[in-house]
Amino acid sequence: MIRFVNASKRYDSGFDALQNVNFHMAPGEMAFLTGHSGAGKSSLLKLIALLERTSRGQVIVNNQNLSKVPRRRIPYFRRNIGIIFQDHQLLFDRTVYDNVALPLIIAGYSHHDIGKRVRASLDKVGLLSKEKKYPITLSGGEQQRVGIARAVVNKPPLILADEPTGNLDPELSAEIMGLFQDFSDVGVTVLVATHDIALISQLPYRVLTLKEGKLINDSQAN
Amino acid sequence: MNTQTKQRDNQARPGFITLCRSYFIRHIQVFFYSLGQLSRTPISSLMTCMVIGIAMALPTGLYSLLKNAQQLSGGWESTAQISVFLKNNITSAQAKKLKSDITQWPDVISVHYISREQALKEFQELSGFGNALTALNSNPLPSVLIVKPKLSKTSERATQRLLKKLVNLRQTDKAQLDMQWVRRLYAIMNIVERGVLILGALLGLAVLLVVGNTIRLAIQNRRKEIVVMKLIGGTDAFIRRPFLYTGFWYGFFGGIIAWLLVSFTLLSLSTPIEKLTTLYQNQFELTNMSFLTTLTLLCLSILLGLAGSWFAVGRHLRDIEPQ
Ligand SMILES: Nc1ncnc2c1ncn2[C@@H]1O[C@H](COP(=O)(O)OP(=O)(O)OP(=O)(O)O)[C@@H](O)[C@H]1O
Ligand SMILES: [Mg+2]
Repeated sequence: MIRFVNASKRYDSGFDALQNVNFHMAPGEMAFLTGHSGAGKSSLLKLIALLERTSRGQVIVNNQNLSKVPRRRIPYFRRNIGIIFQDHQLLFDRTVYDNVALPLIIAGYSHHDIGKRVRASLDKVGLLSKEKKYPITLSGGEQQRVGIARAVVNKPPLILADEPTGNLDPELSAEIMGLFQDFSDVGVTVLVATHDIALISQLPYRVLTLKEGKLINDSQAN
Repeated sequence: MNTQTKQRDNQARPGFITLCRSYFIRHIQVFFYSLGQLSRTPISSLMTCMVIGIAMALPTGLYSLLKNAQQLSGGWESTAQISVFLKNNITSAQAKKLKSDITQWPDVISVHYISREQALKEFQELSGFGNALTALNSNPLPSVLIVKPKLSKTSERATQRLLKKLVNLRQTDKAQLDMQWVRRLYAIMNIVERGVLILGALLGLAVLLVVGNTIRLAIQNRRKEIVVMKLIGGTDAFIRRPFLYTGFWYGFFGGIIAWLLVSFTLLSLSTPIEKLTTLYQNQFELTNMSFLTTLTLLCLSILLGLAGSWFAVGRHLRDIEPQ
């Protein structure tokens, strides 16, 4: 599903955020991406979502070589990826329902389908009763779950999450990780960047560790 | 991708028909959504529309007045006549002979003879200098032939030729075309027309810039929304759409305001102008904007609104990329 071949990322500032990263994730696999702050976790996820382009090497997602995806195709490419951000990226002037419906509206689903899918998605994250609320009235954990509902509402084959449990208490964090496990169980590929080592050490998933832009450890390769 | 995902995927994507229908519905939704957005900030929206309206009303109003002036003066050219003042030694019989000669000319409609005595009488009646003139022992006025030339739109040169022929007559003292002022008026109106066109072009550009700037601000205000849309796969067309419709509404309401302004101005002018023209023994009614002019105004205004937002969106949407 995801393959990095000698991928490097140098920002315009000249900073090498990633250097010669190689790994492969099979479809349906779940993995954690960890490392110190500034190690390049977010940069790696951005390469996968085409929020940044590689400077050297290749990234292949869903059998597509990303360096060959032209700018105008990027939106269509992104519709196949559910992205969850640490800062949620929710729209505060729209209700929870409207936020979650946005990817479906963009993809041109019918009104009827949208209602069904949004409710299913909100039900999955346990927020069905809050569909008419505005995100600002929700707790941090709830906002994060709205973000997750939006990311999975059009059932993408790949989910990327950047510090999804960033400032949540351990209980909520475990709950959110549980959601990702559920998605993984039904065949979705899931890659979660986090530095919550305590949490991921309890879970039986692959861990990729970055240090100063280099992939220094891959628990599965061992 | 395993089979499970694939299956789910197939049923996940909307079909072609659904896509077309949602696309259409989406357009209508955004159409009214962008209207709703404008009504959220009624004062600033109204101000923008007013600016557009005034900018559109100025050239439109001037154009309407100009059209009216052209219509009013349209008949004046046919009043053209050449006054041929005959030499003092020409007798009345000679003048009459000349009159019937000229009447035969192909580019002449009619010739009217005013004898010296007649001229004096008319002058005495009209000027009130009657007594002063009787004090003179001889009649100072020449006899005159009033020649009406045949006229068509392109007869300018023919008229000049006729004038020359009349000037060169042995009997003529002086001949003059009493149409110079109509000519001048037409020339002035031509200049004014061009001026209105240039003014219209400049103000059209102003509308373009006003809409462009307003949309630029709107884009900046909704930066976060645009970023989110891009993050979850919104195409440029999708993101552009509400802004384009906003531009459409600005143009539309600006056009309506312009129409109202011009209509009311013309309406309020019509009574005094009618009074004025009656003083000149002229029946004239100020015509308001025709349906076609109104339609053109509205279409132009909408077009400018759309174009302005198109430029703004084209320039600024690309700059906003998720980080
Ligand atoms: N747009 C950019 N331009 C220049 N340098 C950047 C840019 N984005 C990130 N960097 C640099 O690249 C390095 C890696 O950044 P990245 O955000 O990938 O780290 P991270 O592992 O996600 O860190 P954190 O855990 O703090 O989120 C950092 O040193 C950062 O300063
Ligand atoms: Mg990061």
